[in-house]
Amino acid sequence: MTETPDAAVAPAAGFRDIVRLEGVQKYFGSIHALRDIDLSIGRNEIVGLIGDNGAGKSTLIKVMTGVLAPTSGRIFIRDRAVDLGDYSVRMAHDLAIETVYQDKSLAEKQPLWRNFFVGRQITNRFGFIDIKRQKKIAEDILLNSIGFRGVGITVDSTVAQLSGGERQGIAIGRAMHYNSDLIVLDEPTVALAVKEVRKVLDFVRRIKESGRACVYIEHNLAHVHEVADRLVVLDRGRVVAEIAPRDMSVSALTEFLIDLQKAH
Amino acid sequence: MGRGTAGGIEGLPIILVFLCLLGLFMYTAPSVFLSPFIYTTFLSTLPPLVLLAVGLTYVIGAGEIDLSFPAIIAFSGFVFAVLFKEYQLGWIAVIAALAAGLLVGFVNGLLIAKVGLPSFIATLGTQFFWAGMATVLSGGKSYALRGAEDSSVWQVLVGRLDFGAGAPLWLNQISLQAVWTALIAAFLWLVLNRHRFGEHVLFIGDSNAVSRVVGIDVDREKIKLFTLMGGLAGLAAIFLTLENKNFFGNQGQGYLLTAIASVLIGGTSIFGGRATVIGTVFGCFIIGMLEAGLVASGLTGAWVRTVQGLIFLIAIIFYLTVEEPHRRAALMARFGFRRGFGRAKPAE
Repeated sequence: MTETPDAAVAPAAGFRDIVRLEGVQKYFGSIHALRDIDLSIGRNEIVGLIGDNGAGKSTLIKVMTGVLAPTSGRIFIRDRAVDLGDYSVRMAHDLAIETVYQDKSLAEKQPLWRNFFVGRQITNRFGFIDIKRQKKIAEDILLNSIGFRGVGITVDSTVAQLSGGERQGIAIGRAMHYNSDLIVLDEPTVALAVKEVRKVLDFVRRIKESGRACVYIEHNLAHVHEVADRLVVLDRGRVVAEIAPRDMSVSALTEFLIDLQKAH
Repeated sequence: MGRGTAGGIEGLPIILVFLCLLGLFMYTAPSVFLSPFIYTTFLSTLPPLVLLAVGLTYVIGAGEIDLSFPAIIAFSGFVFAVLFKEYQLGWIAVIAALAAGLLVGFVNGLLIAKVGLPSFIATLGTQFFWAGMATVLSGGKSYALRGAEDSSVWQVLVGRLDFGAGAPLWLNQISLQAVWTALIAAFLWLVLNRHRFGEHVLFIGDSNAVSRVVGIDVDREKIKLFTLMGGLAGLAAIFLTLENKNFFGNQGQGYLLTAIASVLIGGTSIFGGRATVIGTVFGCFIIGMLEAGLVASGLTGAWVRTVQGLIFLIAIIFYLTVEEPHRRAALMARFGFRRGFGRAKPAE
């Protein structure tokens, strides 16, 4: 690992995989959404998660990040098993795992400063929010980490006033701020203009450079092929292939997925 | 791209409407509205409405609805009246009535958050259940609380301020329930705008899905929300019963429309995600003032509901137009109207 300035705040040594799933199953009623998933995410690895609609990609990351509890199986974080009865979004945050969802990361009518801190507000011991401090930090993230200068967006702007690309920028900037070891991105380039897609891909590379890990769900194979170290293919709730991008071109990958669909 | 409506003075449009109406009534009924006694009367009659409406501000702000509070007023009012009058329990009656309200609210919360019923359905059901319960237990009787004003409960909760014999008469007619209600409303304003719970309520109203992924325990917060509403309705029941020195089974019925109207007139979004306690309080003032104002201006009481309903609709259309243009477009489209209605469709 090269010594970038960010590496100083990045993961503590002493573990191999940031997340490892073993034999994870997830049922929704009678629907078997995840079937016996074994998957590990290295501490400084970008893993692209691909597969058709309904293959289980979103369910998999929800299980990984504490939004959904698996029906059975084990989850290890930094090589240590977590108690699945306790595992929650808040616990994932505490374990430095952040998620940026396609369109569910920000609340529309709320100002940005609230969106940055909701779920982990800076409060006094009675639970009252330190608004001044939150706004100050939010402003710093907005101007310095995300680089929204002179575009008329302030910490008091509501999310509804932002474009799709700006929203991704805010959500990703928030994930960056919390110094996470693993950032999960759920289709961050959907509905973005080409220029904004570049920004998101640059961000994914920065995650790698700063010594962190990233799980990247993407429909656009060219985007994910470009940045991922490893591609994991899901099909009907199962991991059916793990591919190194250098071993397979984008067009060969496309063929592979089409064949997979035909086999249904 | 600016700061939008979030940066203005909270509740400003509704405060202006209130002042206009007040000015209008001062002009049409000067003998009533230029005397202080109409206002001290408001201070003794409005607190139950304000408590209910402030609680509903949270509920509607969270994208939910509570229709059960009129039944809580009946049920908690019954618990209070029977313990206070028949068993002479004084403050214990107050605590029991509050607990009854909290319990009903808690059950609402469980039905909504844990069983997963839509709040409209759940509270419609509990509304009938608890109102029926109050009727069964009271046997349809009303309870007159004669002599209640000698008790410490009455003096502390709904007594009158005492500035001494030298003070103007109206000053000594300010009721204590107004003081308590003002303190509670101020505290709940603070919680909504500055506390973690208030923020969670608004995020839940904005989107349950977003709230879950940012780590809000949506179920727990909803249970808290409905329990709070139940507690406020319980307190409203106590104030109402004490102020009237009487309990009767359907004493809560008149509040269903007026409380919801006060909240929505005040500017809290019917879609959730945005809520204003200050707007709600002024919404209550308007709703409360209309009755006295219309009657004093020479209209019959029968007009009151009509005008309340009209103002309610105008206010909602106003907020839809100003604050949620995309929702308005969707709503208009549903009824077959399009933006640019009546004009030729521009070339694509």
